Amino acid sequence: MFFRLEHRGQHSALWTYASPLLALALTLVTSALIFALLGKNPGVALYTFFIEPLTAQGSLAELLVKAAPLVLIGTGLSLGFRANVWNIGAEGQYTIGALAGGGLGLLFYGSNSALLLPAMILAGLLGGMAWAAIPAWLKTRFNANEILTSLMLTYVAQLVLIYLVTGPWRDPEGYGFPQSRMFADAGTMPILVSGTRLHLGVLIALLVVLAAWGLLGKSLVGFQLKVVGQAPRAARYAGFSDKALVWLALMLGGGLAGAAGLFEVAGPIGQLTPQISPGYGFTAIIVAFLGRLHPVGVLFAGLLLALSYLGGEAAQIDLGLPGAVTGIFQGILLFYLLGCDILIHYRLHVGHRAGAAQPARATS
Amino acid sequence: MSGDFGWFVPVVLSVISASTPLLLAATGELVTEKSGVLNLGIEGMMLVGAVVGFAVTLSTGSAGLGILAAALAGAGMALAFAILTQILLANQVATGLALAILGTGLSALIGKGYVGVALQPLPKLTLPLLSGLPVIGPILFHQDVLVYGSFAFVAGVSWFLYHSHAGLVLRAIGDSHHAAHAIGYSVVAIRFAAILFGGAMSGLAGAYMSLAYTPMWAENMTAGRGWIALALVVFATWRPARLLLGAYLFGGITILQLHVQGLGLAIPSQFLSMLPYLATILVLVLISRDAARIRLNAPACLGKHFHASG
Amino acid sequence: MRRRTFNKLLGATVATAALGRVGLARAADPFKAGFIYVGPVADFGWSHQHDLGRQAAQDALGDKIKTTFVESVKEGPDAERVIHELAAAGNGIIFTTSFGFMNPTIKVAKQFPKVYFEHATGYKQADNVSTYNIRFYEGRYIQGVIAGKLSKSGVVGYIGSVPIPEVVMGMNSFMRGMRTVNPNGKMKIVWINGWYDPGKESDAAKALIDQGADMIAQHTDSAAPLQVAEQRGVQGFGQASDMIKFAPKAQLTSSIDHWGDYYTQRVQAAMDGSWKSQDVWGGLAAGMLKMAPYTNMPDDVAKAAQDAEDGIKSGKIVIFSGPINDQDGKPKVVEGQALSDSQVLGMDWLAEGIEGTLPK
Repeated sequence: MFFRLEHRGQHSALWTYASPLLALALTLVTSALIFALLGKNPGVALYTFFIEPLTAQGSLAELLVKAAPLVLIGTGLSLGFRANVWNIGAEGQYTIGALAGGGLGLLFYGSNSALLLPAMILAGLLGGMAWAAIPAWLKTRFNANEILTSLMLTYVAQLVLIYLVTGPWRDPEGYGFPQSRMFADAGTMPILVSGTRLHLGVLIALLVVLAAWGLLGKSLVGFQLKVVGQAPRAARYAGFSDKALVWLALMLGGGLAGAAGLFEVAGPIGQLTPQISPGYGFTAIIVAFLGRLHPVGVLFAGLLLALSYLGGEAAQIDLGLPGAVTGIFQGILLFYLLGCDILIHYRLHVGHRAGAAQPARATS
Repeated sequence: MSGDFGWFVPVVLSVISASTPLLLAATGELVTEKSGVLNLGIEGMMLVGAVVGFAVTLSTGSAGLGILAAALAGAGMALAFAILTQILLANQVATGLALAILGTGLSALIGKGYVGVALQPLPKLTLPLLSGLPVIGPILFHQDVLVYGSFAFVAGVSWFLYHSHAGLVLRAIGDSHHAAHAIGYSVVAIRFAAILFGGAMSGLAGAYMSLAYTPMWAENMTAGRGWIALALVVFATWRPARLLLGAYLFGGITILQLHVQGLGLAIPSQFLSMLPYLATILVLVLISRDAARIRLNAPACLGKHFHASG
Repeated sequence: MRRRTFNKLLGATVATAALGRVGLARAADPFKAGFIYVGPVADFGWSHQHDLGRQAAQDALGDKIKTTFVESVKEGPDAERVIHELAAAGNGIIFTTSFGFMNPTIKVAKQFPKVYFEHATGYKQADNVSTYNIRFYEGRYIQGVIAGKLSKSGVVGYIGSVPIPEVVMGMNSFMRGMRTVNPNGKMKIVWINGWYDPGKESDAAKALIDQGADMIAQHTDSAAPLQVAEQRGVQGFGQASDMIKFAPKAQLTSSIDHWGDYYTQRVQAAMDGSWKSQDVWGGLAAGMLKMAPYTNMPDDVAKAAQDAEDGIKSGKIVIFSGPINDQDGKPKVVEGQALSDSQVLGMDWLAEGIEGTLPK
């Protein structure tokens, strides 16, 4: 055998932090090669992709605005994934959350009440939870697999959105175009730094990350989520209710996805339109795992993915690279990040060395 | 077209073409999942298969070579997934999603030169005499090779999983990789094979899109069918025969709702468009109630890492 | 690199003003024009045609200008950022080519008063925001005339994307044209609730043919419906570009979006300072819409099509002039009157002869 992996027994503190850096270095080398093949100066291209979107205060705000929904949804999903509940329909929960909260904003269009926005946020949260409640109920009552139900409901949610914005919720002054009115000021997320798009939702996303961190570290629920994910059978013996955890996981994921949807429509978009998400609900699944299902990891993963989108746009504008390169670049980046994580749990041996036989190991 | 069945044959033919790409991709994914591996990257593998199949068919003039190349391209994409998840033990869900993103970008880049280029549809293979039969002739005996193939693969996979030794080993690995390893089977090698098969089938599904269903290349032309295929494996509760039911239920209702729209009923089209998704959920609920039975078919190690050292 | 911060640009519009004038001051620097597309340039439909327009402008103005585009920009939160980036990157004129980019365009335009913006298919203008669109419905009328002449069953199948006025006016215009030659002509509609899914578009075409349509028209992006028509031995009409390669026997004509001349003019105007905010809705007469050759039809039908085209160009044919009944037979436009442009732009009813419903 040329190289061999040996389980460390305990995860490496060093590689927990070093592996993403190694992955970034490998991505830099690989993408430099690709850019050179495409006839672009690799140095300039890499600068455009990675540094340019970070170089100014305004750009940083944009990065946070782009990352916020990914982080918010990713945090909720990661808690559920820890319990092995496979909610892959966050995109639909996002949509229904946006509709529930946004619908309230349209219903009270003339209102100047300071309560309108909080009510919309609450409605967004509840809307996402309600949509996630369907897979939860079907799972706990009828044993129907949540992968299928949550995914299918995403398409249904999108069609509900199209129906509402082309029909009943259409802007009466909008020449029949498929969009709602713009939300009034009372129904719009306040901007935190004037001159930017940095809105309240970004701050809330950060607070949610902190709260989730606390939840995982200290509370019984966090402990349950951890145990169930790591050793489901032990959890069952310990008397944790499977059903309660399915509900909890889907409510957390759905609620935060719904809130994220509301933040986007009442924030950067400002109205309901047929397209309110560039696939945030799906990308957030990657963010959750890239962040190793930990809230702080999710935060960094969300920022990195957001950066890769912004970098991809900059590469199109400044370098004339086709949009497809963004996807390839993201794929490579993710592959390295995911692949390098092995160094946290395993030691790499190169060459021959007769090691003591160890039992097979599995981690979930 | 004969008598009252005039409408019947073309409708069934539409259902077949709508269902075939789902069936092909889902059959491959089912084998992958039965070995205990969850690959969410079907959409990306399908797209790469579609563009490579189209490009090779166009440049060689041989649809056979195109189909072969599509399968190889799908398998090639799956190889990257296999290396990451089986050797480097990367998380399968995230790696699969990354594969979908990569495949979308890669197919777009490969396909730049093929946009707006037309191709003859994949020829129909006609069985003499039989294809002349009314109704069943055109439905059963006048199809292209990938449609026949989709049925053959379901039958083959079904036989393989439940009647061959290799299939038994594959299922054993999916259910308990430790036990299988202890007996002396190479878990990683067999999972590699299952992943590559899944990729090749996704490639074929892509080829069906770009060579037969709509003979052209256009970016993102699979339009989410990879995700539906993924859901269908769950729908089928990991049993090949039920994939047929799932794919044809979904394809059938998709076509049906278009026909209902054409009738001009006063139902908003969005609600009709929801029907395939809602029907799939409903049927899943109906067939999921027997929990023990599903647990029997679901691979217990799905999505879990395996590492044997020493 | 060339990007400015939000704050700098907002705080000092003077700086932005200087930015916009760079192209005028230094002749050596090419004037920059930015484009943002909702789909990939390789969609062979809507975005593809806009990109051909960009290339035409680039070819016409040569190295005096430098064009940049960003493709596959999702409507929604991303659009405003990308438009902003294009403005900050020093583009003197920016074309935003999808309806969903309307409000983001207006927002960014406020922050960059010296940059010119051109938004396709929308209705909001500003001092530095023009709107432009093509009268696609004019082509539909001609298609209707051809279908009326050629359809044996008298039933046309129409594949709709999303029920919005743009699509609805195309259906009604088609019906107007068809009924001038076949007063009993009928139209069946199938909505795919999206703009682009070749597979579903082909399924929709098949369903319509199975229900007796022998002419297929579409308001979706791909050539898939025409391919189905070719295979099933019926005929149809292309969309956005000439799709004759996909259906050499089936395509009768195609409405071709022709943005190039407009883009060239507007970039030129932005360069020489003559740019003014305007609302352009150009059709056949303006050369923004062109018909692909009338093929696969007898000479008399081709002549009728050509006559309709000439009539629309000269203004002799006013498509939405009364009497027009809606699908329930109720009069919508009375004899001697015609719909204004704004009434056409807000069209939310289907004309007599069309089966199907619109969401209310």
